[in-house]
Amino acid sequence: MIAFVTRRLLLGLLTTWLISVLSFAIIQLPPGDFVDAYIAQLASSGSAVSAEEARSLRELYGLGQPFYVQYGKWIARVVVGDFGESMEWRRPVIEVIGDRIWLTLALSFAALIVTWTLALPIGIYSAVRQYSLADYIFTFFGFIGIAVPNFLLALVIMYFAFTLLGASVGGLFSAEMTLAPWGWEKAWDLIKHLPLPAVILALAGTAQLVRIMRANLLDELRKPYVVTARAKGLSEMRTVLKYPVRAALNPFASNLAYQFPQLISGGIIISIVLGLPTVGPLLVKSLVAKDMFLAGTIVLLLGVLTVIGTFISDLVLMWVEPRLRHQLD
Amino acid sequence: MVEPILSVRDLRTQFFGPEGVVRAVDGVDFDVFEGRTLGVVGESGCGKSVTARSILRIVDRPGRVVGGSVMLRKADGSTVDLAGLTEEGMRDIRGPEIALVFQEPMASFSQHYTIGNQIMEGVRLHMGLDKHAARKRAIELLDMVGVPQPSRRIDEYPFQLSGGLRQRVMIAMALACDPRVLIADEPTTALDVTTQAQILDLLRQLQTERGLAIILITHDMGVIAEMAHDVSVMYLGRAVETGSVSDIFDRPQHPYTTALLRSIPTVMAKPRTRLPTIVGSIPHPFDRPAGCAFNPRCADMIAGVCDSAEPPPTNTGARQVRCFLHGGRP
Ligand SMILES: Nc1ncnc2c1ncn2[C@@H]1O[C@H](COP(=O)(O)OP(=O)(O)O)[C@@H](O)[C@H]1O
Ligand SMILES: [Mg+2]
Repeated sequence: MIAFVTRRLLLGLLTTWLISVLSFAIIQLPPGDFVDAYIAQLASSGSAVSAEEARSLRELYGLGQPFYVQYGKWIARVVVGDFGESMEWRRPVIEVIGDRIWLTLALSFAALIVTWTLALPIGIYSAVRQYSLADYIFTFFGFIGIAVPNFLLALVIMYFAFTLLGASVGGLFSAEMTLAPWGWEKAWDLIKHLPLPAVILALAGTAQLVRIMRANLLDELRKPYVVTARAKGLSEMRTVLKYPVRAALNPFASNLAYQFPQLISGGIIISIVLGLPTVGPLLVKSLVAKDMFLAGTIVLLLGVLTVIGTFISDLVLMWVEPRLRHQLD
Repeated sequence: MVEPILSVRDLRTQFFGPEGVVRAVDGVDFDVFEGRTLGVVGESGCGKSVTARSILRIVDRPGRVVGGSVMLRKADGSTVDLAGLTEEGMRDIRGPEIALVFQEPMASFSQHYTIGNQIMEGVRLHMGLDKHAARKRAIELLDMVGVPQPSRRIDEYPFQLSGGLRQRVMIAMALACDPRVLIADEPTTALDVTTQAQILDLLRQLQTERGLAIILITHDMGVIAEMAHDVSVMYLGRAVETGSVSDIFDRPQHPYTTALLRSIPTVMAKPRTRLPTIVGSIPHPFDRPAGCAFNPRCADMIAGVCDSAEPPPTNTGARQVRCFLHGGRP
């Protein structure tokens, strides 16, 4: 088991490394080196860079040297937390990103919780009461959830919230809290604002997971061990919840790994539509402005978060599957 | 005359599928006595497992027990009809009165909990023992059925055990709440011959020690010969012949019973002769033949009789047969 965890950890590190190479490739993407881009950018905004300054920048990042040397210099700085400077904002990238990465995480996590708290009971109910009216209704809404892109849903909800309730549903904070320092009050404000975007973001995933749970549970309900449990005199509720549901949880755990990146990328679009202060809108803006250090850093951070999510889901899977655990010993 | 502990009369269970109704159990009668084994035998698909589940009323949807009675004589001498019991009342029967042992020990255990957990569950539910006492009892039970190192094995998962051991654990689980009737549904079919003999020995030993009434379901006449006191032969959801082992083996009456008996290999048979098989195949449950369901495969079929009317049960002493060759002719 320790061997398995170690292997997964190493695999995660390898993936992280690949992501970092990719991120650096993104940084290098624009024609010319990025000091050229930097100079051009500054020139367009009216200030100039001295030849001296340009040379020391080229020196710093090893420009003109082979890719791997440049990458080496860049990653050496990244590891100690220096992600470079945002050309557009003229501030360290890490400052520009600031809270946004944590808010992205909070949004994804909230969406995940919404997904599970909705999908689990609905999936169980739909399987146990297969072909009941409620099952058909859930199926109907499920297909809508899968078919309608969630940005469209976000727009529709915003429209109705605005016309019917006169409320603006954008953002993750109230106006007076946006710039306030972190504290209980601000956290509470965040918690109050999270549910709506989380639900919108969670909808497609929830609908998918309900289908998966329903199909799996229908399979499990037919297995002989369910009859064994009934033959012991357990109540139907206890039988279903203890045995087949437990077995059907496996795909929930393995789905986690797959869902996390989906939430991250889905979150980008939702955040743009709803004006949420996550890294999503920043990523798009940085790409448009060719602000490559910022873009590369965001890709890197999101990649690392995904790797961590996958690793956690592996652990969860091992926890719900004693058989897997023992096979690994 | 000894009263039966379990008396099944005209039990009927049907599956209401989208393509129509399957009469999986269509009139089963038999009696089970304390300290004796009733063998229920028949080809695969004839409704043996559904009969077992119908007695405990745990038939899967879309199946439903639609008729008949299942009289259980309780320890205090009173009798209840399980068919008329509430669902709550029925739950108190499952485990402490009647318990089941299944054919596939692997699939019949959950792979997500330890065997200890799965044994203790019933004990705690029905006997009201606390966790500690339940664990102690589970270890005793494992010891009783011959699981080596029970206090260590109790924390293992079913997939860690061998097939034979798993079936022993299944028996321990069934006996957890001291049932008086044990239904074993092909308990040895999934096991190799040596293990099969050991499990049958164990069942016999437990029967002598506890006076268990056992319903042993099998498609193997050899197992019946070795284990059963009484036999009920099933064909297409119906008990076609019931009687003591000696009656059935020495003087079979129903042509189906005769055919089944011919299909047992014997040591006396000439080497390299083919084992006789029953001609024809089991009809699909949807097109059940008119009259006696066995008539298309029966060598002694009486045209105009067997294919038009269903033979009623005819009793001689403790023996019952449904065949026009043996009475009941219209
Ligand atoms: N879940 C089910 N749905 C529909 N029909 C079933 C189901 N289970 C059993 N049956 C029907 O009941 C018949 C008897 O099955 P079973 O009792 O399992 O046979 P066996 O004698 O081999 O144990 C089968 O032929 C099948 O048609
Ligand atoms: Mg069967």
